Amino acid sequence: MSPPPKSGTDSPSIPFLKMEGISKQFALVKANDCANLDVNRGEIHALVGENGAGKSTLMRILYGLYRADSGRMYLDGDPVELRSPADAISLGIGMVHQHFMLVPPLSVTENVVLGSEPLRAGVVLDLKGAAERVKELSETFALAVDPDARVEELSVGAQQRVEIVKILFRGARLLILDEPTAVLTPQETESLFVILRRLKEQGKTIIFITHKLSEVMEISDSVTVMRHGKVVGDLKTAETNTEELATLMVGRKVLLEVEKGAPARGETVLELKDVHALGASKVPTLRGISLRVCSGEILGVAGVQGNGQTELVEVITGLRKPSSGSLRLLERDITGLSPREMLKLGVAHIPEDRLKRGLVPAFTVSENLILGSHFRPPFAGRLWLRREDIFENARSVLRRFDVRPQAPALPARSLSGGNQQKLIVGRELSRDPKLLVASQPTRGVDIGAIEFIHRNLIAQRDRGCAVLLVSADLSEILSLSDRIAVIYEGRIVGTVDSTQADEKKLGMMMMTGVLAKEDGNGAGES
Amino acid sequence: MSSASEQSRRFQAARKLAGVIGVPAVAIAAAFAAGAVFILAIGESPVSVYGRLFSGTFGNFYGLGQVLFKATPLIFTGLSVALAFKAGLFNIGAEGQLYIGTFAVAWVGFTLSGLPGVLLVPLCVLAGAAGGALWGAVPGYLKSRFGAHEVINTIMLNFVAIALTGYFVTHVYFVPETVHTQRIAAQAQIPRLEQFWPVFKGSPVNVSLFLALGIAVAVYFFLWRTRFGFELRALGLNPAAAEYGGISVGAGTVLAMTLSGALAGLVGVDFVMGYKYYYEGGFSSGLGFMGIAVALLGRNHPLGVVLAAFLFGALSYGGLVINAVVPKELVEILQGIVILVVIAGTNVFGQLAASFKRGRPG
Repeated sequence: MSPPPKSGTDSPSIPFLKMEGISKQFALVKANDCANLDVNRGEIHALVGENGAGKSTLMRILYGLYRADSGRMYLDGDPVELRSPADAISLGIGMVHQHFMLVPPLSVTENVVLGSEPLRAGVVLDLKGAAERVKELSETFALAVDPDARVEELSVGAQQRVEIVKILFRGARLLILDEPTAVLTPQETESLFVILRRLKEQGKTIIFITHKLSEVMEISDSVTVMRHGKVVGDLKTAETNTEELATLMVGRKVLLEVEKGAPARGETVLELKDVHALGASKVPTLRGISLRVCSGEILGVAGVQGNGQTELVEVITGLRKPSSGSLRLLERDITGLSPREMLKLGVAHIPEDRLKRGLVPAFTVSENLILGSHFRPPFAGRLWLRREDIFENARSVLRRFDVRPQAPALPARSLSGGNQQKLIVGRELSRDPKLLVASQPTRGVDIGAIEFIHRNLIAQRDRGCAVLLVSADLSEILSLSDRIAVIYEGRIVGTVDSTQADEKKLGMMMMTGVLAKEDGNGAGES
Repeated sequence: MSSASEQSRRFQAARKLAGVIGVPAVAIAAAFAAGAVFILAIGESPVSVYGRLFSGTFGNFYGLGQVLFKATPLIFTGLSVALAFKAGLFNIGAEGQLYIGTFAVAWVGFTLSGLPGVLLVPLCVLAGAAGGALWGAVPGYLKSRFGAHEVINTIMLNFVAIALTGYFVTHVYFVPETVHTQRIAAQAQIPRLEQFWPVFKGSPVNVSLFLALGIAVAVYFFLWRTRFGFELRALGLNPAAAEYGGISVGAGTVLAMTLSGALAGLVGVDFVMGYKYYYEGGFSSGLGFMGIAVALLGRNHPLGVVLAAFLFGALSYGGLVINAVVPKELVEILQGIVILVVIAGTNVFGQLAASFKRGRPG
């Protein structure tokens, strides 16, 4: 377990940050088990691992939010002891959390100074001086932040940059970014990387937490891999590759590429014609969607978030009524049917937000596994639930979809995120659906589970199910889909065969809504 | 690995048990401790007062009968509130529902007096349930159709119910010089326990107690063993997921409020058929609101509700027992503290706030 000696081509033998033998025990979990971390000055250091590997705990210890049970920390070779985030900040350590800590109605400058308000003559708040400093920081690091803008009016990417300004304002030398790209679009991720490189040029040191290996390869100089609370790898990015990192993370060999044959396309299963629908705030969100999914194929829907994907899925599954247009399922008009009728017709749905829609977290695993089939045989008669059948079903689904622990009576909320997702996938696939609507099926789950879910989606396709896949992850769309439809401002602006698509081409269509002419399947499709 | 999961399961079970028993136990202990301070403050001995409280309620059969008598309507209203809670609804209207239901029991009892008992008794019971159900269904429908919050509407309907039944009993169906209706037919009256067990002599506790206990068992089976109970619980725990699972939020809301009202309406079986044999204006004085406390203390579980109803029944009769030594308001203090601690120990207001934020369903 001891890490290999750190290389230091031109850096002195003392790393900028050294964490040594860090252990932290929570009630039943050893979150960190004798973890070591060396970070050199002026590098971008990626910290990777599956959910629950202990990355966040280690960083919270570094930021003074938790105290380690044992272990030592050195900054610039000096031992340090952190009792609170205030100690960390005074040592020049800053952290951008996954969930932003901003006050939406306040301006950027007001948010930046919150908690460390600069005073003039000891009493008067010096907002003007602070605004100038924000502007200066913004220019130095290419952050493009307007000091006077209201935070609530900023995009997610811009809010994240405000968080970065906030910690720079407090004099951070070491920046910890906790899964910063999880909330960003591919384009926003690109501009974040530009900023990170600029910060590095200016001498800042960055720890970058992620579980996306392509990002590790693109942005980092060195990488530390964690698994089950332990550090299992400490590598130079240039000397490794995604396969090696994935194997270290999961502890076994992982197939990153999905293996699939050509689709055996059959009859049309789902057809939408000129469907319009209102969004949550009663504005027209779907504005004339037409698409078709055949049995035995996966149609991927790509698009920047908020272009109508959520509403599209809700309309198809009966959760939202279309205001006009028609939907047909296997030659039958299904426009405006209720969710229960859709379920009865063989529509399965992996929802985008598993805790909000997909599960009743307080219900047991076996109860969750009958949600959506609870009203019909074999799980219920006219009145009574059939407890033996429900329990047997739970046992078999848990085994078939490798959900852990295999305990039907446990509440679903006590499962990890990846296992909750497998629970939902298992429930929906065991319906043997005719149409499967999968929305962000692997969001927030780790590599092992992603591989498993992808294999199962392909298996459904090969069984003859029609699959509609909606994902914000372009690489997922590209690797699974047989055809890809791009959604833009509530319309399908083009459909391309996945063999002729690449990330760049799709990205352009997603951003501009314009289909490059040579792909010419025509706007929409009929 | 297996030992860790075994350990975690045991940990889960212990936590669950602590959650179920812990808060009510702390609440009751805290109430009696605080009550002791009050007793000392007026110069009495807590030991002798509590001793008298205990021996007067559980120490003899008459006292026990009185406790069971006081507990019977609280089981009905506690179940009423608990069932609505399970579906994520706050039924503050059990009070109004029980007024309507009780009046309906009496009306059927004296209007259809020509029917034989074998028909009239079930009809009276059904009338109580139907009256309460109607009064619960209205706010349920208003919520599912217009998104009007049930807390507001059930409170408002309480006033309407009390005024309406008050009008009937003072202007339409009244015995002159009184505020009650005529008596129900003799064959609609149900026996008191003293008729089977003379030890309960003098106490009006009657066989509606067994109806209450039977209904508690039925509510348990309904919630945990039927598909409709499954739907209501899913709705209460996560409406968005329920909708996703093909459960109609609107229909579920109406069903839950209707059943909740029906349970409250059954109070009339105890009061009219087993106790007074007529309807009397203003008879309840807060049984429906006490039902909220009973449901909270009972953690919205039928068994918990029954136990909590016995506790509150004991306190409310115990107040009369100790009245000679200390003011009977002491037990109201005890009840108040129990409720406060239970509310502090659970997340009732958080749930209420969330339900307001969620606003309109569907």
